[in-house]
Amino acid sequence: MLGKLTWDAIPFNDPIPFFTGIGIIVGMISILSLVTIKRWWPYLWNEWITTVDHKKLGVMYVLLSLVMLLRGFVDALMMRSQQAIAAGGAQGFLPPEHYDQVFSAHGTIMIFFVAMTFMIGLINFIVPLQLGERDVAFPVLNSTSFWLTASAVLLINMSLFIGVFSRATWLAYPPLSELQYSPDTGVDYYLWALQISGVGTLLTGINFLATILKMRAPGMNYFRMPIFCWTALASSLLIVAAFPISTATWGMLLLDRYAGMHFFTNDMGGNPMMYMNLIWAWGHPEVYILVLPAFGVFSEVIATFSGKPLFGYRSMVVATLAICILSFIVWLHHFFTMGAGADVNGFFGIMTMIIAVPTGVKVFNWLFTMYGGQVRMTVPMLWSIGFIITFVIGGMTGVLLAVPPADFMLHNSLFLVAHFHNVIIGGVLFGAFAGYNYWFPKAFGFTLDERLGKASFWCWLIGFYLAFVPLYILGFKGATRRMQHYDNTDWQPLMLVAAFGAFVILCGIGFIILQLVWSIYTREKRRDLTGDPWNGRTLEWAVPSPAPAYNFAILPDIETTDAFSEMKKHDQTSIPVPPGGYQPIHMPRNSANGFFTAFFTVVFGFSMIWHIWWLAIVGFAGIFITYLALAWRSDEGYEIPAAEVARMEAAGRKGVKA
Amino acid sequence: MTISYRCAKPKACTPARLQDRASAGRGRKAAAAAAAAILSVRNCQAGILDPAGPVAAANKTILLDSLAIMLCVIIPVIVMTIWFAWWFRAGNTKAKHLPDWEYSGRIELVVWSIPAMIVLFLGGLGWVGSHENDPYKPLASNEKPLKVEVVSLDWKWLFIYPDQGVASVNQLTIPVGVPVQFDLTSSSVFNTFFVPRLGSQIYTMAGMVTRLNLEASEAGTFPGQSTHYSGDGFSDMHFDTIALPRAQFDTWVSDTKSSKPQLTEAVYEGMLRPSQAVPVTLYGGVQTDLFRKAVEMSAPGTMTGAMGEQPDQPVSSPSKPLSKD
Repeated sequence: MLGKLTWDAIPFNDPIPFFTGIGIIVGMISILSLVTIKRWWPYLWNEWITTVDHKKLGVMYVLLSLVMLLRGFVDALMMRSQQAIAAGGAQGFLPPEHYDQVFSAHGTIMIFFVAMTFMIGLINFIVPLQLGERDVAFPVLNSTSFWLTASAVLLINMSLFIGVFSRATWLAYPPLSELQYSPDTGVDYYLWALQISGVGTLLTGINFLATILKMRAPGMNYFRMPIFCWTALASSLLIVAAFPISTATWGMLLLDRYAGMHFFTNDMGGNPMMYMNLIWAWGHPEVYILVLPAFGVFSEVIATFSGKPLFGYRSMVVATLAICILSFIVWLHHFFTMGAGADVNGFFGIMTMIIAVPTGVKVFNWLFTMYGGQVRMTVPMLWSIGFIITFVIGGMTGVLLAVPPADFMLHNSLFLVAHFHNVIIGGVLFGAFAGYNYWFPKAFGFTLDERLGKASFWCWLIGFYLAFVPLYILGFKGATRRMQHYDNTDWQPLMLVAAFGAFVILCGIGFIILQLVWSIYTREKRRDLTGDPWNGRTLEWAVPSPAPAYNFAILPDIETTDAFSEMKKHDQTSIPVPPGGYQPIHMPRNSANGFFTAFFTVVFGFSMIWHIWWLAIVGFAGIFITYLALAWRSDEGYEIPAAEVARMEAAGRKGVKA
Repeated sequence: MTISYRCAKPKACTPARLQDRASAGRGRKAAAAAAAAILSVRNCQAGILDPAGPVAAANKTILLDSLAIMLCVIIPVIVMTIWFAWWFRAGNTKAKHLPDWEYSGRIELVVWSIPAMIVLFLGGLGWVGSHENDPYKPLASNEKPLKVEVVSLDWKWLFIYPDQGVASVNQLTIPVGVPVQFDLTSSSVFNTFFVPRLGSQIYTMAGMVTRLNLEASEAGTFPGQSTHYSGDGFSDMHFDTIALPRAQFDTWVSDTKSSKPQLTEAVYEGMLRPSQAVPVTLYGGVQTDLFRKAVEMSAPGTMTGAMGEQPDQPVSSPSKPLSKD
């Protein structure tokens, strides 16, 4: 009746997951009770859960990402503490079967549910606003994508309390991830969660491809698009091209585990090496899916706060597209040490290095954007400058690892760990926080506190170097990644410094939370009444803050890049209202489709993980019926009358000097 | 006098033993101990920057050269970033102001050329290096290479010396100055064989054979480990590589042969059971073709009996399972 699910799945004898699980359950029950007591359900349901507004979905993505950052960071603190203690025969406080889950969960969560989710949140929020659009191409699909991501997050976190998570690392290499070596449900949690969120991501990619290619405002031709939209386009292209590979690969692994097939097993002709090729054929583009939008954020932020147009716009576009293509022909550098042979290694090494060319061009273009500008040291700008310095170091160590003989010495070492944290924290996360501080007023109508923002930046920057420079050095000393304990006490001082660095980063996270809370508390003082708090250059700053549901009361007519700067040069602080006045605006209606799809997906995923076949059938039928309901709806949306548009515009522009 | 020192486990860095102690006078002994202590500190860094063999030395050279080439650009970029951000700060009236400057063909040319030049250099270095330092390439030497067959098991290392007829678990003993040709496979999941001070690492994979050529150019104890995570016992998958002068190596072989038990297929099958933190074990005899059997055993159903005629000839590329030959 309940498949593999028994009381043994609850970790009664394992205090850390047990009490964490109890804590989360109690926390969730109290939040739900609070919502019920305060009668917030109608508000939550109408304004957030069923919303199809790309801006609200973007906000929810970012919120989800920040919550998962906390979860992933607790894992990081546990790992750093464990390695700081477990030297020279000491075993630390985490036994291998727990430690191995912690690093597998850390990687999975940080990549898929923090970095990825944050970037998709920013793309959701800002792309339509920058392109002069009223919504994305497929609003209901967009909400479904979000809720699929959320259901994957729920499944991953269920593994804390019901059963175990994967111990096969964040990429689940077979044969270790095969049933023979990982018989428990950990790998199944991993696979189903990633399959579900992968579908959501693929749908997002399709949605934004259509949104960027087909929905732009009049006159917004490709070479007038803000650079962030270019990077969002490149990222969407990569998603559409790469995610089917991961879905197929994990699908084959699922067939191995559920149907006794032999795609990647040792025996019966399976070939585990093929998994490494396939997963990195997705995995390397994935890195650029994350970092390209971050590059876009920096381009916007540096131009705005230097008070200048972006230097070398066209070469930025060329560089972005070059990275987009090159990212598909470098995957083998993840396993130079598998013995592929000198020609193959040499080819992939050179291809990898070539990516450094467009990336280097981008760095120089950011520098020359600052040149001759008037640089304002705001929080987003600090993140951007911190990024350039940190990222070039990460890029350098990356190119070093692309030299096969160097990789023969550094592969799978802590040097490698330091390298990819250097580019993912220094690139993606710094970009996420720059974008968060930069666009926050557009989402909520008030700015974030600068002082606390700067405190969070400095803690992150200093904490990052304290945490990862020791790992670079340890890599040179021959320290390997993923060790639950190690004998060489010579490594311990550096491990202690790294652990200290992680706690400095924790302070950075604390300041981010404090900044948010304090800014909400003092929001009346920090209202953005102009819609343009930073003297911005692109269209999102031409609409009121917070942006109204319909984004643009009047669709703009674009004649240049940096459209809003150009308008301001002609003393226009908003898009001019034509002689006929406002027109009624057609809007899509809210839809619960995404939420119900996600509900049944959780039921389906959970019952597949635990082999509860009857419930899996129920879940799948639920998903399909929800889809049918959507397909048969006869909803034409609704109209906001012209008078209401006029009223909302007037209310949103109180601070604009006429 | 031979000074042998080691990075002792679990305590760090103490000179373990001074041989030829009897003949040493008091003063000499103290001096030797001091020298050994200094050396052992160096030894305990046990890192890739402290090569003890030609492969590690060649890799290190390429690594440092690449780093130096890149630093020529990276350092100026970091300086420029800080300088531009500070000099062009809002409110600095001395800095020139170019509010509409957004393109310069010359600068574009330069910013595309600089990384391109660097990559041209590094690409050459990488291409040549990946051929010169190819793990499959035999090392140039007048000595006949020593053959060692390596099997990674859950969670220990088995080293078979087919020509000597001995074997060991979790300890690798090799002669100094003699190239060692490793053929490697795995009994279950992936692992990586890596002795940082000797040079390149390589994967071990079930049903497949990879090859690696290394050499120790000095005597000593060099820690080795798996670098590819392989499950709960992974952290204990390390071994000491003991590089001995040729004569001592030969003594070790004959001592082992005369005094230790046999490694038969039955004993090997016992080893397949997962175990952690396995102590060093030596075997004075090895069943013929055990390595080949280990390769076949770990990938049942794949083998069609058509494996290569010569057991000591590995497949050139691991991307081909042995059966396809």
